[in-house]
Amino acid sequence: MSMMAMTIRNSASRGTMMSRQIYGLRSMSSWWKNVEPAPKDPILGVTEAFLADPSPDKVNVGVGAYRDDNGKPVVLDCVREAERRIAGTSFMEYLPMGGSVKMVDETLKLAYGDNSEFIKDKRIAAVQSLSGTGACRLFADFQKRFRPDSQIYIPVPTWSNHHNIWRDAQVTQKTYHYYHPETKGLDFSGLMDDVKNAPEGSFFLLHACAHNPTGVDPTEEQWREISQLFKAKKHFAFFDMAYQGFASGDPERDAKSIRIFLEDGHHIGISQSYAKNMGLYGQRVGCLSVLCEDEKQAVTVKSQLQQLARPMYSNPPLHGAQIVSTILGDPELKSLWLKEVKVMADRIIGMRTSLRESLEKLGSPLSWEHVTKQIGMFCYSGMTPEQVDRLTSEYHIYMTRNGRISMAGVTTGNVGYLANAIHEVTKSS
Amino acid sequence: MKTNQFSSSSSSSPSDRRIGALLRHLTAETDADRVSSVFASPTSGGTGGSVFAHLVQAPEDPILGVTVAYNKDPSPIKLNLGVGAYRTEEGKPLVLNVVRKAEQQLVNDRSRIKEYLPIVGLGEFNKLSAKLILGADSPAIRENRVTTVECLSGTGSLRVGGEFLARHYHQKTIYIPQPTWGNHPKIFTLAGLSVKTYRYYDPSTRGLNFQGLLEDLGAAPQGSIVLLHACAHNPTGVDPTLEQWEQIRKLMRSKGLMPFFDSAYQGFASGSLDTDAKPIRMFVADGGELLVAQSYAKNMGLYGERVGALSIVCKAADVAGRVESQLKLVIRPMYSNPPIHGASIVAVILRDRNLFNEWTLELKAMADRIISMRKQLFEALRSRGTPGDWTHIIKQIGMFTFTGLNPAQVAFMTKEYHIYMTSDGRISMAGLSSKTVPHLADAIHAVVTKAV
Repeated sequence: MSMMAMTIRNSASRGTMMSRQIYGLRSMSSWWKNVEPAPKDPILGVTEAFLADPSPDKVNVGVGAYRDDNGKPVVLDCVREAERRIAGTSFMEYLPMGGSVKMVDETLKLAYGDNSEFIKDKRIAAVQSLSGTGACRLFADFQKRFRPDSQIYIPVPTWSNHHNIWRDAQVTQKTYHYYHPETKGLDFSGLMDDVKNAPEGSFFLLHACAHNPTGVDPTEEQWREISQLFKAKKHFAFFDMAYQGFASGDPERDAKSIRIFLEDGHHIGISQSYAKNMGLYGQRVGCLSVLCEDEKQAVTVKSQLQQLARPMYSNPPLHGAQIVSTILGDPELKSLWLKEVKVMADRIIGMRTSLRESLEKLGSPLSWEHVTKQIGMFCYSGMTPEQVDRLTSEYHIYMTRNGRISMAGVTTGNVGYLANAIHEVTKSS
Repeated sequence: MKTNQFSSSSSSSPSDRRIGALLRHLTAETDADRVSSVFASPTSGGTGGSVFAHLVQAPEDPILGVTVAYNKDPSPIKLNLGVGAYRTEEGKPLVLNVVRKAEQQLVNDRSRIKEYLPIVGLGEFNKLSAKLILGADSPAIRENRVTTVECLSGTGSLRVGGEFLARHYHQKTIYIPQPTWGNHPKIFTLAGLSVKTYRYYDPSTRGLNFQGLLEDLGAAPQGSIVLLHACAHNPTGVDPTLEQWEQIRKLMRSKGLMPFFDSAYQGFASGSLDTDAKPIRMFVADGGELLVAQSYAKNMGLYGERVGALSIVCKAADVAGRVESQLKLVIRPMYSNPPIHGASIVAVILRDRNLFNEWTLELKAMADRIISMRKQLFEALRSRGTPGDWTHIIKQIGMFTFTGLNPAQVAFMTKEYHIYMTSDGRISMAGLSSKTVPHLADAIHAVVTKAV
């Protein structure tokens, strides 16, 4: 039955008050008929496909969300306790545009150091953001507004959404060498060449630790050299730190790259996220900070960041920020959190070892050394899209087509199955 | 006027001028003196100083800035009638009982996890929100012609909808009422639309300029987008009657104008959820397309949790599916997926018959208190013999009253009486109580009777 006939029938049968006005239907068709179906998000689409798979053997090593050894999502004990304290006490009033001051203050300590002179001197412009995505987007919009002729240099590869973020902010993107497929490690000389050849004063996106998707990080020495070259070239360093604590198990250690740049006098920007290290994924809690010359400039920059947040969402969500402040503001809860973060990091490091050993035991002709050399949630396996497709269609194993394995999805229960499947699809290569 | 080393530049490039124009447009409020232009130089910075050294401080947000100023005031008799957040008779923020119950339910449920929501948000919340605004028996829902995505309250819903329109709709101009919520023009400009206005408020009657509205919408180019306040117009409190809404609908449909409803006060205006949604449902009933941004900030008191939804009613189900996929492309690079907590609270309440009913009672109580404040203020001014016609106080609806006071009078009331409101003379009735009405009436009386 045509839309028009159906509408008229409904109108007659329900005896709607006035003759059903069909002005809307008079115009032939929808205003949206030219809207193309958008491609599925390459990362989040994986979980959608996984959920739709009825196979009992299915394994999800797609999206980077932590799982315990039973493959179950985890709510940290410190978070449960914080929520227990918050429930029934919050008035749910609007936060300021810049978010929870308490939460931001604690968050800056994590990135800049508890006793950071920059915090003492109030030189950091910082706002609560919608997790890491929101922090990157606010910075990209800020960069566009105040440095409209600047470009952002993005590593190859990177989290796919980085490209979307700076594109939607209308900032021109360039890339720099990062991953070395042959060694499955860092292409350090390629990186340094690109840094050197970029025009003076360029903006660079750096992953502070646990590079996503490769798990390949520069060594401390390499970071120092990168910092020195940045100084010589007067580049701006923007750090995306989504895995502090998650990489090595020690938040201080994971912030080393940032601390090196701060020591060297760079005025950096940082995106921080609590999605993974506090397991607050869906709460969307994060922080954007920009180190400025002095307190006055920090106030200025913060006011401009707020101008960008106001027409996007007015002020950030309260609940996640309350959880963070409650935990980080209480020494006992903070100490519990640090323990729980280490447990997560250690489990992942353990799974890396298991996976590599399993593959080696199966007699794989390839080297899987990179599985344990890489760090953080992800392993860049080196598998091709075709091999990944086989893993999915033949073994019901879900990951992104760039061969990125979320180690958080690997358990003692499935590591054998996973290793076997990987071996099967790669043994002839 | 604060002179700014960057405000007169002999070497402004096109991009500088564009940025300057954009910023002037965005920051232009009633007080033009506060606007400073921003000079963006491609080569400044990089000499060891900050690359953002050229920035000047942005002005305070005109609405949120009121609370900032209020908080700074040390006077014991101060009154905050600025931002639209509900207050009890005791002047305290209110968390609804149903919200507390929902909170407890959530925190006691140890099976709950904190995983990422899908990009479109909590599915159950989306369905329930669509039903709430369009009606449970809405043909558009039955026919799967509605796509609903969870967004960050009303602001986020408007921004996502605006970005979608800027990318996929053939007309890039949105008409907003004069006046409107101060954040509207900024949202749509940053979304990529160009913003024009249509006449709405008539200062001489303190009511609707219906003729002007019809003329301006009638003159709009075919297919233009029109922002409509579903009920309880912010800041004026002036709503069209149902008969006027019907005329607006006919006119808009005949010109193919795209309705974009902002529904921030459903249930809060009249006390009835269905009554306050009527204008939207009239448009849906004619089978046409529209967008609606919903907020739960006020009607569920969830302000800081940022809960809202954008619904797009389409002609056909497959269109709705494709529209949803494109909405995801707007959301993902903005914040990936929306926050879970507030939406979960809403879902608990809307899905439970008892909680829902309890909510409607609490909602009506809030609306009734505000209506009572209107009556009390009107009576207080009448009993003082304050010159002028103040019937608009009881004729206007919703959280705000557009007093008709000018910025100078507002400044006087702040300075002498420590009463805080936005400079357009908008007062939040929710911030009043029986105890504070006399103080406000005294202030209004004083400012109206003296020559300011």
